[in-house]
Amino acid sequence: MAKQEKRKELKVSAIENGTVIDHIPAESVFQVISILGLDRIPNQIMVGTNLESKKYGKKGIIKVSKKFFEKEDLNKIALVAPIATIIVIKDFTVVYKEKVEVPDFIDKVVKCINPNCITNHENIPTKFTVIDKEDLKLHCHYCEKITKKENISFK
Amino acid sequence: MKNKSLISITDITKEDYKTILDLAEKFEKKPKQKILENYVVASLFFEPSTRTRLSFESAASQLGAKIVGFTDASSSSVKKGETLKDTIMMVSNYADIIVMRHPKEGSSRYASEVASVPVLNAGDGANQHPTQCLLDLYSIRKTQGTLDNLHVAFVGDLKYGRTVHSLVTALTNFNTTFHLVSPVELKLPSSVKRYIKEKNLDYFQYTELDEVIPKVDILYMTRIQQERFSDPFEYEKVKNSYVLKNSMLDDSKPNLRVLHPLPRVNEITEDVDSNPKAYYFTQALNGVYVRQALLALTLGVK
Repeated sequence: MAKQEKRKELKVSAIENGTVIDHIPAESVFQVISILGLDRIPNQIMVGTNLESKKYGKKGIIKVSKKFFEKEDLNKIALVAPIATIIVIKDFTVVYKEKVEVPDFIDKVVKCINPNCITNHENIPTKFTVIDKEDLKLHCHYCEKITKKENISFK
Repeated sequence: MKNKSLISITDITKEDYKTILDLAEKFEKKPKQKILENYVVASLFFEPSTRTRLSFESAASQLGAKIVGFTDASSSSVKKGETLKDTIMMVSNYADIIVMRHPKEGSSRYASEVASVPVLNAGDGANQHPTQCLLDLYSIRKTQGTLDNLHVAFVGDLKYGRTVHSLVTALTNFNTTFHLVSPVELKLPSSVKRYIKEKNLDYFQYTELDEVIPKVDILYMTRIQQERFSDPFEYEKVKNSYVLKNSMLDDSKPNLRVLHPLPRVNEITEDVDSNPKAYYFTQALNGVYVRQALLALTLGVK
């Protein structure tokens, strides 16, 4: 058992300072990268996916070195990773550990489902109010249509 | 309401309704007053709309305002590829208020965020058309003496009809009982039903028109458009099931009035027109007074 745990630890190495996003559903890892804009920052990033998790089956994990996010931005990933855990590490020590929460409002990242919405025709950042946090229903501030969970896609 | 844009019916409070409708009543008594002589109204119609545009321009002219603008996007710089933002920012420099109709949903809300003057939404795609809704409310209040506790039937295309969506939403402020008559394919969407549910109001859904008529104070008819059906056979099945004939009004309440946002095609037969319960042509005229009230209140003149 001890040997197994040790080996597991080695799969994704620890970071000194930064943010770890754990318990990401394996299929959502790349969406999380895109929502947080990790493909556009110079920081060291370690990504693991299809890792075994006793609780969740296959999971993904992302470790971003020397980067601390706004809570508001982290909560956006609840759209694709509702059970993700955020761990903030300073000097190899966990200083914060919390599950993500679906926020009340979502700006910019989500695309409106309505093809006739003005945000899909001009360069306008989207704005949504989350009207149902469990079933994920997003009410567009502009066209007033509802984008449901199964239709959520990202800008 | 001074300097406040009107984009969606949900922007209006219950108190605002009363203010607007009361002032519209005053304009009905005296529609020609030169109170907006020093103001310029921009009338921006990115898609053609004869009735709404003429009604707005007539409202503004009768109050003495000057009108600038265009009647469809092909005669504006939009054709050259100008963004909506640039058009609106430019027009903000020339006018005191913007009246705007646009084919894309959400365009008016966006315009109100970039404009330095207030915007009145004259229809944004299939989304909102608040001035139509206000003239419907004005017509209901005028014919029933009140907006409270009425039984209102909506008939026809309840799925895509934006006038229906706005009016249902507005009426949830007045303890209305809703009778919703439509083919199964064209039922009221859940995004609108949620406003009824939030207020715990009663609503009943029907597929037949006949049984509803004796129960209601207002019969709001709408047109069913063929292009809303993916299967032409489905359209053929329902196209004649929501046609109002004069004889169907025999057992209706004495105070019942028939409304329709117009244009009508065949959903109200012409023999209804001479029935005193037919109100749809007067309803359209009421639009001028309501729009006068909105212009005056938004510009802070009244």
